[in-house]
Amino acid sequence: MITVTIDGREIQTEPGKTILEVARANGIYIPTLCFLEDLLPIGACRLCIVEVDGYDQPQPSCVQVVTDGMNIRTTTEKLLEMRRDILKLLLLDHPLDCPICDKAAECKLQDLVYELGYDRAIAEGSVGVPMLHKPPVKWSTIGINYFPSRCVACQRCVHVCLERVGCGVLEAGKEDGTPRIFPAHPEKCIACGECLSVCPVGALTEAVSPLKARPWEKTKTKTVCPYCGVGCVIELNVASGQVIKVTTDEAVPPNYGTLCVKGRFGFEFINSDKRLTKPLIRQGGSFREVSWDEALNYVAKKLKEIKEKHGASAIAGLCSARCTNEDNYVFQKFMRAVIGTNNVDHCARL
Amino acid sequence: MGDIEDAEVILVVGSNTTENHPVFGMKVRKLARMKGTNLIIIDPRRIDLVDDAVLHLPLKAGTDIALFNAMLNVIIREELYDKKFVEENTEGFEELLKVVEKYTPELAEEITGVPKDDIISAARMYAKAERASIIYCMGVTQHAKGTDNVKSLSNLALVCGHIGKPGTGVNPLRGQNNVQGACDMGGLPVFYPGYQRVDVEEVKRKFEKLWNAKLSAEPGLTVVEMGHAAIEGKVKALYIMGENPVLTDPDLHHMEEALRKLDLLVVQDIFFTETCDFAHVVLPACAFSEKEGTFTNTERRVQRVRRALKPKGGTKDDWKIIAELSERLGYPMPYRDAEEIFEEIRKVTPQYAGITYRRIDRVGIQWPCPTEDHPGTPILHVGKIARGKGLLVPVEYRPPVEQPDREYPFVLVTGRNYYHYHTGTMTRKCKVLNYGAPEPILEIHPIDAHIIGVSDEDMVKVVGRRGSIELKAKLSERVKRGEVFSTFHFHEARVNVLTGSQELDPVAKIPELKVTAVRIEKVGKGE
Repeated sequence: MITVTIDGREIQTEPGKTILEVARANGIYIPTLCFLEDLLPIGACRLCIVEVDGYDQPQPSCVQVVTDGMNIRTTTEKLLEMRRDILKLLLLDHPLDCPICDKAAECKLQDLVYELGYDRAIAEGSVGVPMLHKPPVKWSTIGINYFPSRCVACQRCVHVCLERVGCGVLEAGKEDGTPRIFPAHPEKCIACGECLSVCPVGALTEAVSPLKARPWEKTKTKTVCPYCGVGCVIELNVASGQVIKVTTDEAVPPNYGTLCVKGRFGFEFINSDKRLTKPLIRQGGSFREVSWDEALNYVAKKLKEIKEKHGASAIAGLCSARCTNEDNYVFQKFMRAVIGTNNVDHCARL
Repeated sequence: MGDIEDAEVILVVGSNTTENHPVFGMKVRKLARMKGTNLIIIDPRRIDLVDDAVLHLPLKAGTDIALFNAMLNVIIREELYDKKFVEENTEGFEELLKVVEKYTPELAEEITGVPKDDIISAARMYAKAERASIIYCMGVTQHAKGTDNVKSLSNLALVCGHIGKPGTGVNPLRGQNNVQGACDMGGLPVFYPGYQRVDVEEVKRKFEKLWNAKLSAEPGLTVVEMGHAAIEGKVKALYIMGENPVLTDPDLHHMEEALRKLDLLVVQDIFFTETCDFAHVVLPACAFSEKEGTFTNTERRVQRVRRALKPKGGTKDDWKIIAELSERLGYPMPYRDAEEIFEEIRKVTPQYAGITYRRIDRVGIQWPCPTEDHPGTPILHVGKIARGKGLLVPVEYRPPVEQPDREYPFVLVTGRNYYHYHTGTMTRKCKVLNYGAPEPILEIHPIDAHIIGVSDEDMVKVVGRRGSIELKAKLSERVKRGEVFSTFHFHEARVNVLTGSQELDPVAKIPELKVTAVRIEKVGKGE
């Protein structure tokens, strides 16, 4: 164990950790923009700078590793001033199109500017670009829009794609001298939208649902993805009675905040107008819409007849690997206790 | 799935993990790249994970057992196995030895087409690792001898002692979100909930008391057997809840004939599926987003499903429809809600006994969880093997039933792709997913394509012994020469028209879905 001092507090810690890790573990707040816990430090935004005794310049706390006896200050007037300057530079080039931006009220840049204060920046006239001057582009999937002018070049998307997803589609570069993101290998994209999920601003936004809503206008319901057996935890974002987006929870297994293309973008079927909404009974070559009573009475009558005439083993049932445990339990109980047969299976084998 | 991080070596067998279980695939890939975990891929195709693997054994489809036995042969001959573990925790080693003796790497090379040196390297790497994990999926089980394949894999894990510790084990990846749960709940012809056999008198009596009903001790029919029985006129009524056998089942023409013969076919689903075409009654059910309940994932984690939306139109919960029908047949099931059903599940299913909705509110619990103060069980067989001693069951290699010949020279392997899921009922209604994979394709090796005069994007006819389909060819070196690949997501090219159902695995009753002999004919030029 080693001892470090952060803001006058002595802290015992294991060696090999970064200043940011130690600070967070001890409830000391340092603002960040590009940092993501499960990735290697990106070190692009410099907002997490701290003063360390023995260094002339402030050090990025996400990269700098603690050493024994280190004395660290996280919040000095000088640091605050430098952080404001960093934000000022970002704002100079960032359109203030918040009213029409998907990310408003969930935007990390908005939060940081609000937190650190921006009065002087406005007074100096340095908050520059009032509107979006470039239309969005789509790269390798139709599910994601990229608004280059909103990009703050934090490189979260680049690193997530490389480290978490393992595809390496995106690269950081410059356009007319301004740092931007480029699709260096669009053919490798698997449209999972992990880049979208980590974008702190409205540069990468979802292009699936035509309906959008602010955070306070939507409800998030935590449930489980309906596709493969990994069983990722998802949050259905609902507004006006429709799923408008799927997000997830970084804190819980099994997926700890990661989703694939089906989990994130495969929700439109829920609201499809092709959904069955009324019971149908065959009449010759076509079907007739009927009431639940008529449909269930008919099925009950037919099942009774068949059981009486041919015995219970002439009836079989398939339950489903896509229905809930409760649905399946009731189904097999019905086949066994009511019909009287063990002819119940599902497509586990297929 | 979390404990895979502790493995030094991961053997991926018959699982296209990055496409079929993408989020887990990302994790495996990340371990290989960032942590240096050694991946060994055993798969006929050059799947994406091969890029991150140290070794790829591209065996001929259906020759798995010869390969696993040869690995065992090397491990035993070179004395790389865990002698202490074998002695203390297994039985049947002598018998195993007798069988694997003859599977030399040379013989395996002949059968599987994998160079013997690669087989030897894979065996050494797996055996020498401190902790090594096996991941397998339908590429192992969907054969007429799938059970043998799994036994053979567990032989490997047992002789090396790679079981019951973090980062080890023989880990199946379940294909559908609640296939584990459907099995746990007794959605199987020989089991009540919790894998309690229907043909054990004591168990039967217990359930007769719990359910207050007279029960049958006779094991029921599996899905493929139901089809055969319907054609023979022995099954007259079929009730299908949320399945689409007209696309998923092998030898589709046979399945369609079976459905046509029924006096009553009830289909309960969220869409008018291909199977509904054959139905007498179609009942509209709620989608997952309109349901309360639980799903159980591939690592046996029981998780909460919650209602985010009101039921669409006149749809009802699946369980509620069954309960209302049950009442009409004189057996009321007056469940108030899903939680009340779950409480009954806990009572009759020992593995679920300690799980409550309240306990899994935030994070799911992995069964077995016998009591309410039990934390759940992330790893099975810790300390000792569940059945006492791990049984080593020697298995012999038998060639796949379907062999290519002059008339049908190619082997068709089937599976899924990344963008779609099963029969596409849900995914094909989502634009991002359709954009990613808009149409069915047949992957064929460029040299084979050249020989039969097929270019990229040409329409081809795939002709098998039971039927034929037409789709676009895609030239790709992901498949080996002599093998072609396609998916079963698309109703316009129903791959399962080609696959066979006559030969089933004797235990699991799984048909030979992964190996089908076909020929390819060009029908039109690509645009």
